[in-house]
Amino acid sequence: MYQTGNMVKELAEKYGRKRESLMPILQDIVKKHNYLTDEAMVEVATELDISAAEVYGTASFYTFLDTEERGKNVIRVCKTITCSMKGKNNIISTLEEILKIKVGQTTPDKMFTLLETNCIGWCHKAPAMLINDMPYTDLTPETVIDVIKGYMRK
Amino acid sequence: MKSKGLTKVDLIFESIDAREVLTKAFSMSSEEIISQVLESGLKGRGGAGFPTGMKWKFTAAEKDPEKYIVCNADEGEPGTFKDREILDRVVYKVYGGMAIAGKAMGAKKGYIYLRGEYRFLLPQLYLELHKFQKMIAEIGYDFSIEYRMGSGAYICGEESALFESIEGFRGEPRNKPPYPTTSGLFSKPTSINNVETLVTAMMIIARGPQEYVKLGTKDSRGSKVFSISGDTPIPGIFELELGMTVQEFVNEFGDGDTKAVQVGGASGFCVPRKKFAETIIGFEGVPTGGSMKLFNSSRSMYNVLHNYLDFFTEESCGQCTPCRVGCQQLLKGVEKVKKGEAKSTYLNELVKLADTMKVASKCGLGQSVGNAFRSIVENFREEIIY
Repeated sequence: MYQTGNMVKELAEKYGRKRESLMPILQDIVKKHNYLTDEAMVEVATELDISAAEVYGTASFYTFLDTEERGKNVIRVCKTITCSMKGKNNIISTLEEILKIKVGQTTPDKMFTLLETNCIGWCHKAPAMLINDMPYTDLTPETVIDVIKGYMRK
Repeated sequence: MKSKGLTKVDLIFESIDAREVLTKAFSMSSEEIISQVLESGLKGRGGAGFPTGMKWKFTAAEKDPEKYIVCNADEGEPGTFKDREILDRVVYKVYGGMAIAGKAMGAKKGYIYLRGEYRFLLPQLYLELHKFQKMIAEIGYDFSIEYRMGSGAYICGEESALFESIEGFRGEPRNKPPYPTTSGLFSKPTSINNVETLVTAMMIIARGPQEYVKLGTKDSRGSKVFSISGDTPIPGIFELELGMTVQEFVNEFGDGDTKAVQVGGASGFCVPRKKFAETIIGFEGVPTGGSMKLFNSSRSMYNVLHNYLDFFTEESCGQCTPCRVGCQQLLKGVEKVKKGEAKSTYLNELVKLADTMKVASKCGLGQSVGNAFRSIVENFREEIIY
């Protein structure tokens, strides 16, 4: 859980209180807090003067607008064909081992969430994953460990 | 039909003097620009292949003073990554193409819808955009571009779903007609073009359509950027002249053991080895938005098909029943056949279902699931069953 404070109001002012501002506002909240709480969505609805169901209905359509709690670093490993052919399963099991969680789960310290995702556009450098916005490509179990350790130190 | 062979081309990534090309384009009339693009034979590079000049012509013909040019940078087709490379290396040509399209149609505003997976590119894209806006202001032309971000929905690459998303709604495709050229973004006349299409259009204006038609074939003019991945020693981005056969492609990019090439991504066609020589890559054979995935004999085509169906089941927007339920049933169906829970003849029923989805689905997603399904099941039936 997080508190939005003035954030939603400020975003509504920045983008304007109109329907087309909904996506940029939700995207900015997710960028900062990694997921949308019910409270945040109700606040957005109030600011834009639309129903909370409209906000939830829109957010829940988009994979990256998570409405469930997510860790500080969201890892999305590509599971589409080329990454799958080039060793995605080894990457997942390495991540599960070092983070001690399964796909779909968040570490108890809320630092990492491990997810799978569809094609992220790095098939020529498979397997690939995103951590938040950052792509990591040509992964091996060894390089994945280094990447995660880097985030652990942050 | 005689093939043209495999020729590498450097048009998309070649650097040009944008100021010079745009100054020339802005001095041309709308009709002149459109007729040059028509003459070039350019077809949309996102995959669907609609003639670009026609799209511009229809939008230009609309009387509404407010029109939009939208750049579709929601590249999500599995195996496609060329638009990312184009944005990364020559985004000024994307901006230039949009301004030229704007001039041709009378649109003063452009939007780029960039997939969320490419958000890391944004800082540099904005930097280039700032330089671009400064340059066209100096030329004395009024045109502005804004970015809108996607959030991980493949369906938003469908033009009307993309408009819905920009407008702040679920990315559910609209009924057509009306087509975007009459009622697109914010219900205004809109031309929506792929990243590569816009760059190509700028190059056509720069070099002239006569130069461009020298490349490619009658049905597939010009060159195309291919995204090449899978079992190949040289995966990556290659710009090739259109008109080669799959065999010529495999000779260059295969690993010596290629048994199938998936042309056009998960929504495209699977070409088996026995058809390599007779199949032309282009609108006269197998069309592609650029995705070329090679599979060698170590790969199970059941796994490939299963992966695609899993992809479509997740990415179907769920709005229309043929696509939503159809994807789920195709996936369950091939699993049943594989496990021996259904007879192999059940595959024929599934092919019929895929055919029904082609005619009954609302948008290109549901309509194309049958492409990969049919071509894999027909050519690799034994791998699906056993």
